[in-house]
Amino acid sequence: MKQRCAVLGIGQTHHAAKRGDLSMSGLVREAALRALDDAGMTFDEIDAVVMGKAPDFFEGVMTPELYLADALGAAGKPVFRVHTAGSVGGSTAIFATHLVTSGIHKRVLTLAWEKQSESNAMWALSPKYPFSPPTTAGAGGYFAPFVRAYIEFTGAPEHIGWQVAYKDRIHALKNPYAHLQMPEITIDMVKNSPVLWDPIRYLETCPSSDGAGAMILVSEDVAEASGKKVAWVHGTANRTEAILYPRRNQVLPQAGSDCAKALYKEAGITDPKREIDTAEIYVPFAWFEPMWLENIGLADANDGWKMVDSGDTMLGGRQPINPSGGVLSSNPIGASGMLRFLEAAHQVRGTAGEHQVEGAKKALGHAYGGGSQYFAMWIVGAEKP
Amino acid sequence: MSEATKAVVKDVTTMASPVSLKFRARAGKDLSRFLRGMKERRIVGRVCPSCNYVYVPPRGACPTCGCPMGDERVLPETGTITTFCIVNIPFEGQKLKPPYVCASVLLDGADVALFHLVGGCDVNEVRMGMRVRAEWVDEADAELSLETIRYFVPTGEPDRPLAQIREHI
Repeated sequence: MKQRCAVLGIGQTHHAAKRGDLSMSGLVREAALRALDDAGMTFDEIDAVVMGKAPDFFEGVMTPELYLADALGAAGKPVFRVHTAGSVGGSTAIFATHLVTSGIHKRVLTLAWEKQSESNAMWALSPKYPFSPPTTAGAGGYFAPFVRAYIEFTGAPEHIGWQVAYKDRIHALKNPYAHLQMPEITIDMVKNSPVLWDPIRYLETCPSSDGAGAMILVSEDVAEASGKKVAWVHGTANRTEAILYPRRNQVLPQAGSDCAKALYKEAGITDPKREIDTAEIYVPFAWFEPMWLENIGLADANDGWKMVDSGDTMLGGRQPINPSGGVLSSNPIGASGMLRFLEAAHQVRGTAGEHQVEGAKKALGHAYGGGSQYFAMWIVGAEKP
Repeated sequence: MSEATKAVVKDVTTMASPVSLKFRARAGKDLSRFLRGMKERRIVGRVCPSCNYVYVPPRGACPTCGCPMGDERVLPETGTITTFCIVNIPFEGQKLKPPYVCASVLLDGADVALFHLVGGCDVNEVRMGMRVRAEWVDEADAELSLETIRYFVPTGEPDRPLAQIREHI
């Protein structure tokens, strides 16, 4: 029988363009120690470690989970590595959850990270493939055509992108861990920033960050014995689809909507627009907020941009999206999904600090990766499922 | 360590160490047939015998139904831009000078779009639905590569309505 799983400890680094003060080991350790401290635990009490990050060739360190095991007190313990491109932070947390819900382990440290300052993701994502023209131009080059299609097919006005970019940077000012701290941000600044991958503007894109996020996931008995406020896992879901097939909808991928449906079913949610108090969704380019809102059923088809336009997704709005500032304010790629999941957990524990959504009882964490192919989502709640 | 050396290395926290990898890519049986077509400046797709989708470049098996791919089909060199991006950003290792256009081109008679370059017009003239045709390199420069199509250029025909392309981006 499936066991309950709870988030007992949450930790993350202070994300920055370059954490020159920390090695890769130091970076993961900063997040792990903060999560352990939050849980009131030490490395000795951890049964297993589940780590995720984006491709090894970003930093050029192969199988880093082996190299980093020592820094995470994992020598002699089961160590697992998860890799699902940009969605990996979410998939990693889900795999760790399953180690608890299956009854295999009671205390699991899950962690995801990226040290972009020791890498060059733009270069790494722009290879010249054999037998092909040089059409790769980073993640923006890949996703801009689908942003264009969303705008064209929904008739969304161009200020929607500016508004999401502005909102997430305003939210980030309430999150001391967020990389971008731009108190001077205005909608005009976004509007007047250069167009990098037409139609995507510079300030509509995420930064390049060093950072890590970690959680301590525990069984029900451990959670109760701690006497601490925890976030209960109500449901998890992963879905994947191929990158190219006829009539594939890359604006609203089927894997994303199937993943959300499976998630809501498991979490017993029938009306996600009302029952979910807040969501942390993976938005590396501003236009992905309305796109994903439609894809996961938080907005009706063609209405995602209207939800943004109405202010519903701002802190204080009907359903705040990315109150932490989201990927648009911190993007340690491998960790970005984990940050979405742990921020959702913060919200339902009531420990989000200044960016707390008042009274949040159920929150959704979402991540995607590859060519909008890999999806990972969870729902956490203040009460037991 | 001398005082002079200490002064130099004090602030060194990272070192750039460029690496490189030489490799030989093999196209495999199915892609090779397509690439031989490219060398002859012909676009050779293949048809799935089960779902009748036409793939270009073709693969060994249909990604939709899993069947081994069927007959070859020579496709026309005309098609429609279903969506695109104007690349304005410079980056390390870039082969082309920005701005340039990368586009999904749905060849007439194909069921999947090719991602290729657009040329022969100002980048700001490119539109979703725009009709284009392949501009080939000279016969002597034709290679076993999609780069034998230099880029796609506008044909001047009327655009296809968005409703007809929205499933093919």
